[in-house]
Amino acid sequence: MAARAATPSTADLVRQSIQGRRLGFGDIAFPAALLLALLFALLFLATLLVDIFAKSWSALSGRGWSVVSNPLTLNAETAGLWQSIMGSLGLVAVVALLAFPIGISAAVYLEEYAPDNRFTRLVNTNIRNLAGVPSIVYGILGFTIFVRFIRAVGAGGGVGGKNLLAGGLTLAALVLPIVIITSAEALRAVPQSIREAGFGVGATRWEVIRYHVVPYAAPGILTGTVLTLARAFGETAPLLLVGAATGFFSTGSGNLIDKTLGPYTALPVTIFSWARQPGADFRSLTAAAIVVLLVVLLTANAAAIILRNRYERKW
Amino acid sequence: MGEDQLTDSTTAAGPTIATGEARPAGRGVSVGSALRGTGRPAEPAQNTIFDVRGLRVFYGSFQAVADATMAIREHEITALIGPSGCGKTTVLRCFNRMNDLIDTARVEGTILYHGTDIYGEKVDPVEVRRRIGMVFQKPNPFPKSIYDNIAFGPRIAGYKGNMDDLVEESLTRAALWDEVSDKLKESAYALSGGQQQRLCIARAIATSPDVLLMDEPCSSLDPIATLRIEELMIELKRDYSIIIVTHNMQQAARVSDRTAFFTVDVKQTGMRTGRLVEFDATDAIFTNPREKQTEDYITGRFG
Repeated sequence: MAARAATPSTADLVRQSIQGRRLGFGDIAFPAALLLALLFALLFLATLLVDIFAKSWSALSGRGWSVVSNPLTLNAETAGLWQSIMGSLGLVAVVALLAFPIGISAAVYLEEYAPDNRFTRLVNTNIRNLAGVPSIVYGILGFTIFVRFIRAVGAGGGVGGKNLLAGGLTLAALVLPIVIITSAEALRAVPQSIREAGFGVGATRWEVIRYHVVPYAAPGILTGTVLTLARAFGETAPLLLVGAATGFFSTGSGNLIDKTLGPYTALPVTIFSWARQPGADFRSLTAAAIVVLLVVLLTANAAAIILRNRYERKW
Repeated sequence: MGEDQLTDSTTAAGPTIATGEARPAGRGVSVGSALRGTGRPAEPAQNTIFDVRGLRVFYGSFQAVADATMAIREHEITALIGPSGCGKTTVLRCFNRMNDLIDTARVEGTILYHGTDIYGEKVDPVEVRRRIGMVFQKPNPFPKSIYDNIAFGPRIAGYKGNMDDLVEESLTRAALWDEVSDKLKESAYALSGGQQQRLCIARAIATSPDVLLMDEPCSSLDPIATLRIEELMIELKRDYSIIIVTHNMQQAARVSDRTAFFTVDVKQTGMRTGRLVEFDATDAIFTNPREKQTEDYITGRFG
């Protein structure tokens, strides 16, 4: 090598030019700053989780399963979340029964039937706006419309219309735009070529939608709806306006209709009211309730991810 | 109708035109029975299947195709060729009213199919598509099993016969049966691109159509798969009339009996409108075209 050093060969020149890294300040500082931002966000979450779990430890370890299975009382040593969890599941059931059929139908209409004109675009934009409306506004809506309507038709169930049905209707109205948007996105992900294939063999629009578009979009729709239910499960503010309160308990007796039209409470509402109680016992109990809520939400999210990974189609 | 002299179907019959072989009797609906009695009466030339008169297609205010007139014959392969944007795919999609699916599309003029205007008021586009099958540019099997891909069309059409036999027959005619006979329940997506396209052809012929429309069916395939599809087309024209859009002039020359050459006119406003330049026997188009534009295109001087 040294013998030929007088005139550097092409090989030497190439080696010199492509070896050695030239990293400027930005090459190091920029990704470092981005990483820092990410860590900062994660740090908040980690702090929150550690704090909650630490606080909940005395209640969860001391009381065990009774935190979940005991009825609500104002005695911090025996109080449990049973009615809250049942109330939240009842709300979610009402949401699932109302928001999903209506939301998915609306999405199918918008994506498959509606002509692409100014009106349709206006509707689309406004559904997106509705999804961004603060939830307390839906609470007011639920109070002015659903509670009064339920009272007016005589289904108030002894709580003047502020019953589980009113809460479920309010949450359904709240998540409806989200159901429409996620379902519409799932439908849009089905390629036009599949629709053309269906029409090409003489299928009607109904047959194309019934046998192809909706079945192929179903995993995406399902994922979206599971996430939507999780959202409804964790929602608090609108429920405070339409009757969910720890002052009323839906007890274990009575049939389904009585329960639906009767008083109710929900898990996040219970957290809200326990958090205002004095004493270390209630602090720990509140944290335990938050843990229960987080477990439910994370399970729902995990289920959504598994559904998506398992069934979602790559076109 | 400036192209009349180019498309005179009574005098331009080339030597390669198949003489009306009888379709195999048996399965399927009698063609046109549901369409007859609607639209305007017409006296099409012998064995003309599509009589296209003054066809114009618009997307909104944009005119995609200007005034095309041509007569397409039964049991022939008719190729539509021309440069990109000349409207050949748009014209093809008029034959089974596929353009109906585009909100802004508007079709003027008439397409007489066995004498009935398929754009007539009483015509049901779904019935039209049952008789006029389509194979698309990119293979587009349903994400279902091979069997269900074939069975879907006949099933919705209320096919009463033995579905297993129909699936086997369709796959055999599409030269795919030997390769898939032991995996009919497997997903169509497990097939290669060429196999998928033959599956799409099998799916199209499973409903016993009268006509097959093929929109660049080989453009996403390798040469071997292309050759198989071309052999298949020649095989299929005994039973079907085929209209094919192709970018590949050799392909048009190899397989088609008659060829329509389209070009694109660019107006001062920038609007690009497709126009039928010449429609004749394929031999004549490729050896002795009447129009200078056709000659320039097929000799590679433009497009």
